Amino acid sequence: MEAGMVKTPHAQLTLGPLLYHWSPEQRRDFYFKIADEAPVDCVYLGEVICSKREPFFEESFDEVAGRLKRGGKQVLISTIALVTAPREMAEIRERAASDALVEANDVACLQALHGKPHVIGPFINVFNEGAREFVIRNGAVRIVLPVEAPATSIKVLADSPVETEVFVFGRQPLSIAMRCYHARSHGLTKDSCNFVCGLDPNGLSATTVDGEDLLTISGTSTQSHGYAVLLNELDELRKMGVTHFRLSPQDMDMVAVASLFRDTLDGKLSVKEAQSRLQGLSDDIPFINGFYYAREGLTWTEHRAA
Amino acid sequence: MTQYLELVCPAGSPAALRAAIEAGADTVYCSYNDRTNARNYPGLNFDVEEMAEGVEYAHKKGCKVLIAINTFPPAGQMKDWQAAVDNAAAAGADAIILADLGVLDYATRTHPNLRRHLSVQASASSSLSINFFRDQFDVKRVVLPRVLSVEEVAKAVEETGLEIEVFAYGSVGPMSEGRCFLSSYMTGLSPTSEGACAPASHVSYKEDGDQVLSCLGDVVLNRVSKNEPAAYPTPCKARYVTRGNASYLFEEPTALNAMDILAELKKAGVTALKIEGRQRSRAYVSEVVGAFRKAVDALAEGDRATSDLSSISEGKKQTTGAYKKGWR
Repeated sequence: MEAGMVKTPHAQLTLGPLLYHWSPEQRRDFYFKIADEAPVDCVYLGEVICSKREPFFEESFDEVAGRLKRGGKQVLISTIALVTAPREMAEIRERAASDALVEANDVACLQALHGKPHVIGPFINVFNEGAREFVIRNGAVRIVLPVEAPATSIKVLADSPVETEVFVFGRQPLSIAMRCYHARSHGLTKDSCNFVCGLDPNGLSATTVDGEDLLTISGTSTQSHGYAVLLNELDELRKMGVTHFRLSPQDMDMVAVASLFRDTLDGKLSVKEAQSRLQGLSDDIPFINGFYYAREGLTWTEHRAA
Repeated sequence: MTQYLELVCPAGSPAALRAAIEAGADTVYCSYNDRTNARNYPGLNFDVEEMAEGVEYAHKKGCKVLIAINTFPPAGQMKDWQAAVDNAAAAGADAIILADLGVLDYATRTHPNLRRHLSVQASASSSLSINFFRDQFDVKRVVLPRVLSVEEVAKAVEETGLEIEVFAYGSVGPMSEGRCFLSSYMTGLSPTSEGACAPASHVSYKEDGDQVLSCLGDVVLNRVSKNEPAAYPTPCKARYVTRGNASYLFEEPTALNAMDILAELKKAGVTALKIEGRQRSRAYVSEVVGAFRKAVDALAEGDRATSDLSSISEGKKQTTGAYKKGWR
């Protein structure tokens, strides 16, 4: 997709980058299945949370990307959300110099991508039209809004000359740190982590001291416990001008998740039915949508017309 | 290279501004009393007139004033932030401290001669990122995130050619700042756009037998016995349970204190030391600024001065944070 192109009327379903540490085999098999079976239009590959995880996926990367492309999917490369190390900077420069369409998740990446078409990821703050106009001048052709953006902001920001993407399913990333909390919970540090994040393919639960479910840890990232679900709001989002709808990979049947979002977008499935099927796929993990309604992020609000 | 470490001190009120200058601040930083800054707490900060008076007073005393306009305007609401930038220029501020790309862009185009510093809220944690802000907005100084080691600070100085300001004392922020949504996840109020992390309006303490619960919104962030001091319930200094163990998973309730490594920071080439705490009392500001004034002056003479600040530190504990490698 080039900047300035007319927006497609077809709502695009995207699969965001994997935010957990899966084994190379699990990653490869997951993406093969997505390539062959999932009705998604775009797939973001690449490691966002921790650069120590990256080498694990390098081996099968080309194979996976090729299969996704053969499956008719646009393949994008996401980059690390918190860049500090020289090795991480070198990698970003390398990706920016490649032919791939890159999702920038740290401003560091914008320096390397300056003037070249790219996607602004949800870890770069574009909360207002001033920031949006600036990143478009710098080469952004698609902007994934921060998960915290409420409907009132999305409405303004999606009225845009470029594509707008919104996070509509999965655990919301709430913060990113230099410290690895996964390692800390095992009495280890980031440098000596033993890749303990690999033990929890859907993240590590962090409850309150009273045992209430609250947060999920994946390495240096802290996420919501509940799955953000904007099914009821899809129609409204489309009317606002949102073009791309992001599903974030969880350790569950993501082909089924993609299918029910696709069918809801296409009017083939009622929101009520989709929500009930999604709950069936999600074990007992609650749904949340608080940020959309400018409420506590961890809350759920039944749909009300905007 | 003779190098002077500039002491940048918090001024959450006109009284704190005078106290900081009295105690030896080279520079103070302050904000307008609205959501355009990251310490938007009730009763803090300056109105437009107080700011103009504050700048005039400081300049008379030979002290510089930086105005932080470092939150992220929500869509359709940029006017307040633009007004803050205009007012800072009119007040004669020595620089403004910004984070949002839209506000930076506005300031660069509208007030090209007003010096721009990059706030810690912009989360510029690599030379690549800093150089982007340098090249696009001609920022002259960067406040580094509290997540870098001394070695990384030295690299930032070397690879950017900009003035580097680092935190020397105050709260420890373990998360990449400006991009943390934990407080809004629990309260519905966004620190990034409303300027208040863990706002007091949402904090409560409840007794439960011989224990006290500290809560933020409906979330219990800690449970301590009645005779233990209960730390302020901030999401990143709460106790959580992982793998069956309750712990301060993100960070202990502790204060960053870099006094013991000032020589290393100076050697790394930093320009300025920042003392956090616009939300603190005038007495706190006097004590911390005074101690650092002595330490910086001693360092300039080739001596080493330390001062025990533990009694006023958060949780009465102190850390050198990310500056030392083991922190991660």
